[in-house]
Amino acid sequence: MNQVMEDDFQVIDNCLMIRLPEEIDHHRAGYISENADRHLMRSDVQNVVFDFENTRFMDSSGIGVIMGRYRKISCFGGKVYVVHADSQILRILRVSGLQKVVEIM
Amino acid sequence: MENEMEIIFDAVSDNEAFARVAVAAFVSNLNPTMEELADIKTAVSEAVTNSIIHGYENLYGYGRPGRCPADRKKTNEGKVRIRCVLEDDVLHIQVTDKGKGIENVEQAMEPLYTTKPELERSGMGFAFMEAFMDDLEVESTPGEGTVVSMTKKLGVSAWIDGKEQ
Repeated sequence: MNQVMEDDFQVIDNCLMIRLPEEIDHHRAGYISENADRHLMRSDVQNVVFDFENTRFMDSSGIGVIMGRYRKISCFGGKVYVVHADSQILRILRVSGLQKVVEIM
Repeated sequence: MENEMEIIFDAVSDNEAFARVAVAAFVSNLNPTMEELADIKTAVSEAVTNSIIHGYENLYGYGRPGRCPADRKKTNEGKVRIRCVLEDDVLHIQVTDKGKGIENVEQAMEPLYTTKPELERSGMGFAFMEAFMDDLEVESTPGEGTVVSMTKKLGVSAWIDGKEQ
């Protein structure tokens, strides 16, 4: 459940969809970033969508993951979207100021 | 009511989840709100992660079995200690490591300041601890280690959130 699986990363049109694990901390952030970057290089991806549907916990490591992807794609006009974030995740995004650069849906 | 607990564990990233869940379980009989529990877990996670990747520079730390070279094994000698004291509805958490310490605590606590941008650390650790706890104190001696003390009063978040709207 907490393992990041290959099918959690899917490219649909020009969007990379990332289904995030239940908990995002420093321990798992590395897997997510690495896998995401592999897909970003491999395919013709413009935007990244982070799906928080299963996520109940995130700390600043998650902010690092989102910020890192944002830096990589924003210079090519790409956007970062956050979907299905619960109130706690939204709070973290608000405190970090990330809500100003990502599109929260 | 007074209650106290202490845990000591290896400074490896596998233990980050254990640490925050242990602290959350410790306060659970006070019936904290989901929000308070999440705040505490986030703050503990930040403090413990700091100890592991900065204090002990456990850089490989993605918990990938077999990936870390044998000579890196010695980084696991480091331990992180968490001490929690409950005084009625006030929770004190102390996260201690005997790592390399912080040269400039003030600078380290600045939002977005990080010494490890290559690891995609956002530099928000201390800012999160400050935001989610009521009080934060950091004492550090270079070469000897760091003590992070945090305090949170439980049972007030509903009131504060009501005021925000």
